[in-house]
Amino acid sequence: MSTPRRFPIRTSLHYLLLTVVSLIIAFPLLFAISTSFMTPSESLSSPPNLFPSHFNLNSYHDALAVAPLGKFLLNSLIVSLAIVAGQLFTSALSAYAFAFLRFPGRNLLFYLFLTTMMIPWEVTLIPNYFTIKELGWLSTYQGLAAPFLATAFGTFLLRQFYMQIPRDLYEAAMLDGCGHWRFFLTVVVPLSRPALGTLSVYAFIQAWNMYLWPLLITNKTSMRTVQVGISMLQNEEQLAWNLVMAGVVLVLLPTVIMLIVGQKQLVKGLLSGAVKG
Amino acid sequence: MKAVVQPTETVTRMRPKARWRKRIQELLTATPFLVPSLFLFVLFFFYPLGKTIYLSFYLTNAKGVAKHYVGGSQYGELFTSADFLNSLWTTVVFVFLTVVPGILLALLLALLVEKPLRGMAFFRTLIVSPVTVSVATASTIGLLLFNPSISILTHGLSFFGVQDIAWLTDPFWAMIAVSLVTIWLGVGFHTILLLGGLQAIPTELLESATIDGAGYGKRLRHVVLPLLSPTLFFVLVVSVIGAFQSFGQINILTQGGPSRSTHVLVYSIYRDAFFNFQFGSASAQAIVLFVILLLLTILQFTVVERKVHYQ
Repeated sequence: MSTPRRFPIRTSLHYLLLTVVSLIIAFPLLFAISTSFMTPSESLSSPPNLFPSHFNLNSYHDALAVAPLGKFLLNSLIVSLAIVAGQLFTSALSAYAFAFLRFPGRNLLFYLFLTTMMIPWEVTLIPNYFTIKELGWLSTYQGLAAPFLATAFGTFLLRQFYMQIPRDLYEAAMLDGCGHWRFFLTVVVPLSRPALGTLSVYAFIQAWNMYLWPLLITNKTSMRTVQVGISMLQNEEQLAWNLVMAGVVLVLLPTVIMLIVGQKQLVKGLLSGAVKG
Repeated sequence: MKAVVQPTETVTRMRPKARWRKRIQELLTATPFLVPSLFLFVLFFFYPLGKTIYLSFYLTNAKGVAKHYVGGSQYGELFTSADFLNSLWTTVVFVFLTVVPGILLALLLALLVEKPLRGMAFFRTLIVSPVTVSVATASTIGLLLFNPSISILTHGLSFFGVQDIAWLTDPFWAMIAVSLVTIWLGVGFHTILLLGGLQAIPTELLESATIDGAGYGKRLRHVVLPLLSPTLFFVLVVSVIGAFQSFGQINILTQGGPSRSTHVLVYSIYRDAFFNFQFGSASAQAIVLFVILLLLTILQFTVVERKVHYQ
């Protein structure tokens, strides 16, 4: 490819194209941020404003204080953390069985786990709704979190990591009469902290971004998660756009932080969870 | 590291009774490790999958209880129902409108940000920034941009002589609007994937092509695109599957309308089940979706298999 020094014209054209294209791609996000700093009348004016007349944070204050957004954020935080904890627990255990234990039916079970990754969520939706309903868990945190507490993806991710733990360590432990549980708790879990961290991040983003399930099983405003809540602020709560966009920006914070901290991690996380639905 | 225990060997040398005892012992050790995941999988994956198949053969009451066995007739009805065929067709149009332009755009963007120019990190971050949005946040921003009274998009386009567009109230433009939101929702992710594919192309190949006198266009056509084809194919399948599962943007922006112009498959399942209480028919639709996605996954595996074989 051409070097900057040899083709200055081509390079400046490239920069021009880059600037135009990246502004177009980032425009909706930048405009949302800009709107979040406007006053209500500025955000509703026609013709529309591109920028706020002056920088003010009132929308953020009001979004948290006036709108039920603070409650939505809290709900999402609780549910997402519960899902992270659940996935860490279930995946760490099942990954141990697949990485270290020999038992009859092991391959069959492995494929059974694999199939869960091929079943689209929409196909299990209707019966899952009734399961949660019969448990009396509609509009509860446990109802929001329960179907997502175990994932084959998490199991495979951790198993992959466990396989790198030296086999000698395992054999020495077994020879010393250290049981599987002690080995699991005192060696495997501490050693696999990086992988557990990765899984936590993936699980958190997915739980945070979930839309269809919370929409279905929350019928009280107070139990809505951020994703459902944010999309209803304008329609049902009749809030001005500056408040709604302040809400959007707040909801985006976890993933924005992820993008800044580690783009690669974020991508792997998105890859793991199939698709944003 | 290599000293792997060979339990099968010891097992075969044992007497049958001891062998059974050992197997049961192994199973007892493994059970507590597997039960939490397995329990949840059965409860939230395998049981509901079976139940959905079961419900698709029954008429249900409003509480979702199967009442009358009707065999495959609900599938038959689906494929003669104008509404379902419309949903299927709408989904296909939607998939086409989002996937093809979406991938072309991501490819263009990946090629643009691939050059190691000064300040590229900044442009890259701007271009992949849509990865941070979820379907609900993207659609909420969409509501603002496509808003009839204060749409900055319509206002901006008026400078180019484009007349007022009824983004969400005209059947044609509603489809365009949900497609635009969907493309935007995926573009950051797709660009990152394609960028990864581009960066994996050995620079020696491009250099030797340049030495042989190949211009940018030729290098792109004969070196870059063929080598990128596995990644392109992967992105294609992932986005087709994703587009088939789209729901949030439809529910938030158009509710399937106007006049069912954006009434895609998952939205149809959702409406028929939870608003029309036709759980049997909705289950049959879910199974149709399942089969479509399964075929796509199988297609992906067979093609990838072949690719690996060729190398």
